Amino acid sequence: MKLTSEFRRSELAQGLVSRIHRRSKTPARLMEFCGGHTVAILKHGIRQLLPPTIEMLSGPGCPVCVTANADLDKAMALARVPGVILATFGDMLKVPGSNSSLQESKAEGADVRIVYSTMDGLDIARQNPQRPVVFLGIGFETTAPTLAASVLQAEQEGMRNYYILSQHKLCPPVTRALLDSGEVKLQGIVCPGHVSAIIGSRSWEFIPRDYGIPCVVSGFEPLDILQCIDMLLTQIESGTSTVEIAYRRGVRPEGNRRAQELMDQVFEPCAASWRGVGIVPQSGLRLRERYRRFDAELAFDFDPGPTKEHQGCICGEILRAVKTPRDCPLFADVCNPEHPIGPCMVSSEGSCAAYYLYEVQGSTFKVPGFPVDRLLD
Amino acid sequence: MTKKILLSHGSGGKLSHDLVARRFLPAFNNPHLAKLDDAAIFDIQGHLAFTTDSYVITPIFFPGGDIGKLAVCGTVNDLAMMGAVPLYLSLSFIIEEGLPEDELQAIVDSAQRAAADAGAMIVTGDTKVVPHGSADKLFVNTSGIGAVPTGIHLSGSNARAGDKVVLSGTIGDHGIAVLSQREGLSFSTTLQSDCASLNEMVAQMLEASSNIHCLRDPTRGGLATTLNEIAAQSRVGIRIEEATIPVRREVQAACEMLGFDPLYVANEGKLVAVVASEDAEQVLRAMQRNEHGREAAIIGEVTAESAGRVVMKTSIGASRIVDMLVGDILPRIC
Repeated sequence: MKLTSEFRRSELAQGLVSRIHRRSKTPARLMEFCGGHTVAILKHGIRQLLPPTIEMLSGPGCPVCVTANADLDKAMALARVPGVILATFGDMLKVPGSNSSLQESKAEGADVRIVYSTMDGLDIARQNPQRPVVFLGIGFETTAPTLAASVLQAEQEGMRNYYILSQHKLCPPVTRALLDSGEVKLQGIVCPGHVSAIIGSRSWEFIPRDYGIPCVVSGFEPLDILQCIDMLLTQIESGTSTVEIAYRRGVRPEGNRRAQELMDQVFEPCAASWRGVGIVPQSGLRLRERYRRFDAELAFDFDPGPTKEHQGCICGEILRAVKTPRDCPLFADVCNPEHPIGPCMVSSEGSCAAYYLYEVQGSTFKVPGFPVDRLLD
Repeated sequence: MTKKILLSHGSGGKLSHDLVARRFLPAFNNPHLAKLDDAAIFDIQGHLAFTTDSYVITPIFFPGGDIGKLAVCGTVNDLAMMGAVPLYLSLSFIIEEGLPEDELQAIVDSAQRAAADAGAMIVTGDTKVVPHGSADKLFVNTSGIGAVPTGIHLSGSNARAGDKVVLSGTIGDHGIAVLSQREGLSFSTTLQSDCASLNEMVAQMLEASSNIHCLRDPTRGGLATTLNEIAAQSRVGIRIEEATIPVRREVQAACEMLGFDPLYVANEGKLVAVVASEDAEQVLRAMQRNEHGREAAIIGEVTAESAGRVVMKTSIGASRIVDMLVGDILPRIC
């Protein structure tokens, strides 16, 4: 399998870019929901190739970024409970909570282990039967099924030392909350690829139905994203709105039924707090009654302390697509990847980190010798 | 049962001497070391290059190498990047008690093979043993001395606008090969670390052209970090083209899976050469004739504008900046 090269072919990209330029007549504001898309768009320089009529906004689709400080503080506090091993995906390590990060807790002696899958968390629990292991469950519908599977496996094995801190969140409810707020007027939505592989493209049908906004599910390669933008433009210019898929190798309308069943068996929707958005009903996942004994919040006595927000940080507004990283007075100044003030600067899917890493700060930078016009011959 | 290194092997007493006599002297076998004096004495003429480095790696044996080979090749390469001919090396071992003696022997033998291949001699060393938990199996510290031939002036500050940037081969092989063996992340791959001494290739390159301005090996921090160092030191811009940078399919696949960028993944047997434009092809061909440079490619050029920055033309024809690595690379959530 040619893993990525087929989806990065320059001549195909040029064809799509020319078509987008020809097709785009009216100004269109598109939001890519997913942080993975934001990173891909900036990393491959897709924004520079688009006509000025198209504005790309980054949405709330970065699980690390949308986790509220109060919830991050719970993770730090749990890591400090004597004896506890906290298992987490690597992304979480550097994220600042109210007072510190897991990285700092680790340096101070907390046993924080980076894992690559939830099953690694189970392995740690098996190898350390005398110690409680807490898996930090931060993510969207993409990782929730694997967390559910780990709970079922732990139950089957009768494990008494495995717990999860469930801070998983659901994407469609927060999208509805953003659209209901009316803060941002969008002409099209680039729907998340991996999330849709689980929940199916049908889960987005409420958007064209209730809000009249075109939706296209995209993959993460440059050609996927360009094709998605082209498909959105076709809908916009023809005045239609529906859900389409530009990522057929990964996404089906009905999604992954088995993964959905796993999630549904172990979790139930609950209200969740999103950074910048606030409490969104039915947008979180908590363990169902039957599996509550795995809930770290109930199993341990810990004090996360008072929550503090980062002064001057506008991560919340950036996550709502109301502002961009460049609008933040802290961006690339006191807030940078070495000294992140807010999570959007530290997460590998955060918009601020992507803007900082892949675009020259504070200028409308064009690389000499790489004129976009050349692509449009 | 296999013999293990004990704390008393580091006491300086009989067991220490025994370890040196049994494990180190026969392997490194040279008259400087055999004297067992406090320091090695030798004559060198001309300009000297002197470098030091420390090696910590998990696991200590990995596909394509081990910490012994890595330590020697790394030190040799630091000398070679200055155009120096590597001559004498020191090797100090900080051993965690409990390390099997045969593992130590394998590492010592491998270090010796690497030194012999590079034409260098390990002339002095030291051993300390620390309690369990105070080190991770084995740390190696090295230093190296090399002779710089007359007329060679390589430096990271010598890059000039118009120079070409030549890369000696595929990037990320070492980092991904090592990662593939880590506990909790074993994935099956035939990928080998590129760990190798590059001094022979450097000599051939310097023979092919007297207009090589800068050589550097992109180890930790990867190609991106090395190019940024050169851009900053020389106060120039560097423009590279993504499509020209060789990356193995396995490396690309692992990077996609883990959310890494191959530009930031470590190499241990690659170099970047900044060469005057008119000599770039010659240097490229000299590299390609050497086994460590078969897949060498010209990946970009030095520019006067955007000084201190590295900019990459992406595979789809747009551009982006390529910053230094910040912190560790950590795998992503989804």
